[in-house]
Amino acid sequence: MRAAAGLDRSVPVWIAAAAALVVLMALPLGWLTVLSVSGETGPTLRHYASVLADVQLRKALWNTVVMASWVGLASLALGAPMAWLTARTDLPGRGVVRGLVLASFVTPPFLGAFAWVMLAGPNAGLLNRAWRGLAGADEPLLNIFTMPGLVFVVAIYTFPYVYIMIANTLALIGSDLEEAAAILGAGRLRVAATVTLPMVAPAILSGFILAVLQALALFGSPAILALPAGFHTITTQIWSFFHYPPKVEMAAAFSIPLLLATALLLQVQKRLLGRRGYAAVGGKSALRRTIPLGVWRWPALAACVAVMACSIFLPYGVLAKAALSRAWAQPLDWENLTLANVRFTFVEYSATKAAIVNTLELGVLTATAGAGLAAVLAYVANRRLVRGHQILGFLALAPVVIPGVVLAVGLFIAYTRPPFLLYGTLWILFLAYVTKEMPVGYSQADATFKGVHPELEEAGRILGAGRLRVLGEITAPLARSGVIATWCFIFIGVIRELSASIILFTPATKVMSVVIFDLKEEGQFGAIAVLGLFMLLVTFATVVLVQRVLGRDVMGARD
Amino acid sequence: MRHRAIVVLVVLGMLALRAAAPAAAQDAAVEAARKEGKVVWYTSLALPSAEKVARLFEEKYPGIKVEVHRTGSQRILQRVMQELSANIRNADVVHTSDAGHFVLLKDRKLLMRHTPPGVERFPPGFRDRDGYHFGLRATVNVIAYNTRAVSAAEAPKTWKDLLDPRWRGKLVTAHPGYSGVVATHVLALVHLHGWDYFKQLAQNRVMLVQSAVDPAGVVASGERPVAVNGGDYTFYQSKKKGSPIEIVYPKEGVPLVVSPTAITSFAPHPNAARLFTDFTFTREVQQVLADSEGLYTGHPDVKYPADKPKLSELKLLQVDPDELEKRTEEIKKRFVEFFGT
Repeated sequence: MRAAAGLDRSVPVWIAAAAALVVLMALPLGWLTVLSVSGETGPTLRHYASVLADVQLRKALWNTVVMASWVGLASLALGAPMAWLTARTDLPGRGVVRGLVLASFVTPPFLGAFAWVMLAGPNAGLLNRAWRGLAGADEPLLNIFTMPGLVFVVAIYTFPYVYIMIANTLALIGSDLEEAAAILGAGRLRVAATVTLPMVAPAILSGFILAVLQALALFGSPAILALPAGFHTITTQIWSFFHYPPKVEMAAAFSIPLLLATALLLQVQKRLLGRRGYAAVGGKSALRRTIPLGVWRWPALAACVAVMACSIFLPYGVLAKAALSRAWAQPLDWENLTLANVRFTFVEYSATKAAIVNTLELGVLTATAGAGLAAVLAYVANRRLVRGHQILGFLALAPVVIPGVVLAVGLFIAYTRPPFLLYGTLWILFLAYVTKEMPVGYSQADATFKGVHPELEEAGRILGAGRLRVLGEITAPLARSGVIATWCFIFIGVIRELSASIILFTPATKVMSVVIFDLKEEGQFGAIAVLGLFMLLVTFATVVLVQRVLGRDVMGARD
Repeated sequence: MRHRAIVVLVVLGMLALRAAAPAAAQDAAVEAARKEGKVVWYTSLALPSAEKVARLFEEKYPGIKVEVHRTGSQRILQRVMQELSANIRNADVVHTSDAGHFVLLKDRKLLMRHTPPGVERFPPGFRDRDGYHFGLRATVNVIAYNTRAVSAAEAPKTWKDLLDPRWRGKLVTAHPGYSGVVATHVLALVHLHGWDYFKQLAQNRVMLVQSAVDPAGVVASGERPVAVNGGDYTFYQSKKKGSPIEIVYPKEGVPLVVSPTAITSFAPHPNAARLFTDFTFTREVQQVLADSEGLYTGHPDVKYPADKPKLSELKLLQVDPDELEKRTEEIKKRFVEFFGT
């Protein structure tokens, strides 16, 4: 009986899923591959050959590898200790530190990069000036327009990925094994090295991979910091292939290595997480003992605060200063204080309003469609309503292998030609955002439906309610907060999106991040700061909303 | 007698008509533009200046909005061509600082022939002989330095002075792959000193920014004390606002950049586009460009601020738009080769 009913239901679901798959992934990636091997006289590997032969392009590849590896390591160095400190120790102000990590998690990295130009530009940067004033030195303390500078700025907004992985794992590991080791006479260090570390090792490695992936896909920070220093990364190089005369085939050929690298790294990560031979991980019941830090409490806190100063306090402060001053590099005195930037950004600059409207429209549209789709998929997959439900989950998570820039190149190629002419409309951005956010949305929705126990639904069914009524009266109310959170996650992701938007926008369909990037190219610091702060405001308002709805913070671990 | 009276009447009537006709035609043109409601302007004029011109137009012709899309010259060409390849017709008026673009656009029949009134009095360098595009404004590329970091005595006087290793790590340049002003500059200096000049300049580890507007900001903030190019008007504006900036007009000559404007052949708002274009060539607007923006113009009646040199006092390096169009790929490629991005 079940099988027959399942078969009927599955047909529309599968048709819809197949259509979505074609529109969102198969068409863009298919065209991307086709164009990368298309020549005037049939298939060719010429584009790959010229990509690999070009010294500049090889350099860009190498720069990306260097940058991403160092970002991964730096993120580990920052994220792992902080995760341990906040999850396991009596660090003062743990909650606040956790909140600040969250803040840097949702800060658009390109805003951070822009702020660090003002902080650590070798000559005008405020920190370097302060350093020269204090030390009387000639040479700058920091030069942000270098590879180490780029790694630093990317890492301070990427380490939360490592932090989340490790903190959430630590929160699940009981202290009993560690205590057993301690009772058997192992010292603290030995316990950490032989018991705790092996248990969190998969989380550490997969956090590292996540951070590397983030760095690989990033466009804004390298565009702001690497281009002035005279070097490219893959993403900025792909973007510059679109400059006139466009070399879309080259962009396609250059996208494939990035795509493959991402897919490979994710495969490795999946292996690591999938190989859960650790019975100790996953139990919630175990007691977790708080480790006293003793004399190290305050130095540890100071270290955390120093990291947060780099990713939050200093950048936000300098943005606020730039927003309110005529000349950002001068002291903020009465002479320099002005509201002109605010007026210019919101009143005189006509593109701002249209971009804000576009961004919010796309945010609401994508979040609604994305959360709806993710919820349906997760529900169908969790309740095993159709045959092959596992594949649905896989498909929903698949876009995670596609970096934003690569997705954009694919979408651009697919939707600037018949039968679907979407370039020039908001719909192409909508497709890009839905695709890009689907993995995040699906994971969130999946967790939600896992948390709604089928027993309650079954009780409803036994009492005679149909599946729809059960869905409406039992499941939906229980899942509501989870779905709202999904909505917010997607919304936050959309309003900060730059790497796909920068290739897909037209002047009529500009979004806030693109306007900020435009302003950056013209050096309009005041206006960027105003618009950036506005973007942060919208983001944090959304975060507060999620926390309210969920009753916990958005990074996932239960305290 | 009667005949004479009729003749007089006819003549008088004709005179009256001649006086009234332009006014009536003008009213009709404004009405047609108003029906279209807006004009879409792809412009490389610095953002605040572009918004100012747009506001002036909207004040004079209420009911017609100007949509300003400001980005670098090369990005504008990219936009226009990319949109056309996807069958999007969005731009009404295109204005960049790369005269080569207009050679290309005209060749591809993408421009509408339209001669704004009064431009026949502009110098020849501002006029397309076929009547498709006209120079809206002009600027010269200069060297500029931060007076707090560099004294007048130490400041570079010539383009070649910038090659001195003592400027290592102290220079900033805008990018010919973004800015038409700088693309023109690079070609002019290649004529003067050859590609070798840029090869050597790159040895001084020059900071790369995109827009020719940006070096003024970089120098004003002190991030780099010396700009090796950039439109003189951007430095002039910054200086007027109190920034510690001084402008150097190198003795070898300064590359003149005349920035053309044209209406597209596919303009979705052709009447508004003509009205707007005519407006930008009126003495009123051209004087605003000169006064508050510090630009040069082709309008013979425009008065310039006393603290700016007249174009006639400068040794101008001029570039042929056809050559600029032909060599644009070479310019970008070699620049990237030397400077990295």
